[in-house]
Amino acid sequence: MGKVNKKSRADTELLTLGLDMLMEKYPYLTDFFSALGIDSFSGQKTLAMLIRSLSPDHLSQFNLDHQALSAQVIEFIAKMEQCRHKIHGSMDHLVIGAGFDKDGCPEAMGITLFPGEVVSVVGPTGSGKSQLLSDIECLAQGDTPSGRNVLPDGKTPDAQSRFSGEFRLVAQLSQNMNFVMDLTVEAFLQMHAESRLIDNIPGKIEQIYQSAVMLADEPFSLNTAITSLSGGQSRALMIADVAYLSASPVVLIDEIENAGIDRVKAVSMLLNKEKIVLIATHDPLLALSCDRRIVIKNGGIADEVKTLEAEKKSAACLAGLDKKLGLLRERVRKGKHLIFDQNFFSTN
Amino acid sequence: MNQVLQTPGPSIRLVTVAGPPSSGKTSLILHTAAVLLEQGLGIGIIKFDCLTGDDHKRYERAGLPVKKGLAGGLCPDHFFIANIEACVQWGISQGFHLLISESAGLCNRCSPHIKGVFAVCVIDHLSGVHTPRKIGPMLKNADLVVLTKGDIVSQAEREVFTFRVRQANPRASVLPVNGLTGQGSLLSAGHFKTAPAIGSLNGMRLRFTMPAALCSYCLGETRIGPDSQIGNVKTMDFT
Repeated sequence: MGKVNKKSRADTELLTLGLDMLMEKYPYLTDFFSALGIDSFSGQKTLAMLIRSLSPDHLSQFNLDHQALSAQVIEFIAKMEQCRHKIHGSMDHLVIGAGFDKDGCPEAMGITLFPGEVVSVVGPTGSGKSQLLSDIECLAQGDTPSGRNVLPDGKTPDAQSRFSGEFRLVAQLSQNMNFVMDLTVEAFLQMHAESRLIDNIPGKIEQIYQSAVMLADEPFSLNTAITSLSGGQSRALMIADVAYLSASPVVLIDEIENAGIDRVKAVSMLLNKEKIVLIATHDPLLALSCDRRIVIKNGGIADEVKTLEAEKKSAACLAGLDKKLGLLRERVRKGKHLIFDQNFFSTN
Repeated sequence: MNQVLQTPGPSIRLVTVAGPPSSGKTSLILHTAAVLLEQGLGIGIIKFDCLTGDDHKRYERAGLPVKKGLAGGLCPDHFFIANIEACVQWGISQGFHLLISESAGLCNRCSPHIKGVFAVCVIDHLSGVHTPRKIGPMLKNADLVVLTKGDIVSQAEREVFTFRVRQANPRASVLPVNGLTGQGSLLSAGHFKTAPAIGSLNGMRLRFTMPAALCSYCLGETRIGPDSQIGNVKTMDFT
């Protein structure tokens, strides 16, 4: 009880603080007031003075009076600060407790995933890969069709945070996803960075932009509209953005192989950010760049295949082939002939 | 769970679902209802619409009892509030556990939410990042905001959109639901189940005033000009 009183006193103090200082500390207040049709704060020294200066008529349009608005401002700042300080990334491991396959038979095994690890999910279409990804996304507690339990750090998540949607565990990237905003690359990254309430926004934008250009096979500028990026460029930007700006500790990637980007580099970029990366793929090169592969069959986890030392050698060979295919792609792009013999693809 | 659902006197849990046209209200309700039906709950649907609508057929196909209300020339919100009590009584007489009303979804000024009744707002990710601010009371006064069509929008845009929704309504839970596959409907179902049970809406209050009306055009005027504008009229300021 005493705690509550103390908190509300601290909150009301906000109202008596200088407006300039508050605006600097909580820049999102500008948005808050402009949504209420208030764009100039001329001559008002404190938040309380600003609120008092608003006409009751104006506030009544929003079903507010001075008192309700004061309460709303305080609540808004509290919520935004909560968003800013929430530490999403700190997860030590993620346990996926075994459930059942489509026939109700127990799954062969559960899986524990660790940050900084990339795991591929393999299995034919309709085998239940999406169910696994969806279980992770909604933190299944034995209440999805699969009956799996998804436990961050091995613990049952608190129901409140699960249902409020505040804890977004999963960032998802799939081939069907597009950019829909009418913005330049720079403005878009700016907007995303602002919504994450982070510091040093220009540095972050530059970092993401550079990484995206490195992944894409064709460069683009910060002034390009995101909707006019090519498929590969969009995918590259999405991956760089997830790596450097997304708060979610788990990244799910669907069918990255056709995206026209350097997929091995893309994976290592995500790995460096201490995220758990799950990739649904059938691409051999991508599968071999993972430490292990989860095999899904008939809706259940049937097996786990560890990448062998011998396979890593195959991966090097595949990477060589991939590079050569890339050279051919470049020739097509430049309008040249494609004449080569069998030896072109021999790896020696 | 049955124990949770029992309250003295005949009562029903009511959920009002509102959102712009084609935002995925019907799909959300269908997927959420499917989860709840499986848990053994009896569910009735009220679909409010303007002129015509085929949404009730989608509910019928899913085996859900549905009543359709057509507002015709009236503001669908005004029509809704004048009829919702009768809907509640219908729901009680049918013995449903849960009654879900779906709004027509027309203007951004819609505000069909009632104090003491669980309020849901549905918006789709494609509607643009400025939409959460433009939508107004329907979003600001909701208990649960459901974001649809996230499967075709980039992760970054989804994060920005969610943030904007939280800015507009810091109190609500915000959940993504895929209207095609139903992904996320388990969590929305968890929310629908917690809707307060009510015996009647009489005496309860709206969370926000409805779009105002009663000018000559409400009464069927079609002529244009100051002589024809009588009643509650607001004019633009060009100074």
